[in-house]
Amino acid sequence: MTIASVTQLICFVVLSLTLVVGSLGVVLLPNIVYSAFLLAGVFLSVAGLYLMLNASFVAAAQVLVYVGAVNVLILFAIMLVNKKEEMAEIPGLLLRRVLSGAVCLGLFLLILRVDLTTPWAVPGPAPLADDSALLIGIHLFSDYLLPFELASVLLLMAMIGAIVLARRDVFSSDVITGEAADQGLLEKERTPLLLESTAGETTLLEKV
Amino acid sequence: MPATSFDIPLQAYLVLAALLFCTGVWGLINSRNAVRVLMCIELMLNAVNINLMAFSSYIDGQQIRGQVFTIFVITVAAAEAAVGLAILLSLYRNRETVDMERFNLLRW
Repeated sequence: MTIASVTQLICFVVLSLTLVVGSLGVVLLPNIVYSAFLLAGVFLSVAGLYLMLNASFVAAAQVLVYVGAVNVLILFAIMLVNKKEEMAEIPGLLLRRVLSGAVCLGLFLLILRVDLTTPWAVPGPAPLADDSALLIGIHLFSDYLLPFELASVLLLMAMIGAIVLARRDVFSSDVITGEAADQGLLEKERTPLLLESTAGETTLLEKV
Repeated sequence: MPATSFDIPLQAYLVLAALLFCTGVWGLINSRNAVRVLMCIELMLNAVNINLMAFSSYIDGQQIRGQVFTIFVITVAAAEAAVGLAILLSLYRNRETVDMERFNLLRW
């Protein structure tokens, strides 16, 4: 074994250990803040695997988009909804966990069998070393041009949708009395809708 | 030195991705916290991306169409995370909880 292959092997083992332990931590840890930070570790080790597969551009995109954007977004969401709440006990939770664990294990064994018994056509043509970013650019502006443009429309839709869904409702005029709403409404605490159906109905009736 | 000597078999990447995917599926089913459900979806998308990248590098080395596909998957995942977290915030504002078992508005 050459020193290059030994280095490659060590990198792969370290990255896969980080990946597996990190993903188990994301799923199993009770504190969700730890889960979010472990998720960043998982994303970074996936980026490392991409580097081992000669894909520097996708590795950079992975770090920028997943670690830089998605994970920060998840952390913000955790901070916004981080209220200590006791989850009500559900009967049969342990049974459900065991059963779904068995199903997932079966799925894993199925994929494992397919992975190991299929005669993959390896080795294929020799991989490109450093031209992957160039070739991705050529693909994106020739034969994948339509999906590329559709992706831009999708991102615009997602941005507008996220703004519309997450903002607080601000009415220029009050719905019930008809007079102009003051700016204090911006930060007014809203009565939780549909928390209890009877409570919501009574408050509505009182307003009318 | 060639770019990749392929000392690591393709199957190693595939098994790793399968493990990540199954972990994500288990977490998706069993999480009570809605934010953790979104994290598990990201885990599953990453598992699929590892598969695509491994095939792209080992079998389609000259065209790397798998890498282009991975770029699109990353794009869709980012959009999904943004909209999903916005829906979660809106739900939290209305229900004052992130417990998945209590998000049953559309059940009946």
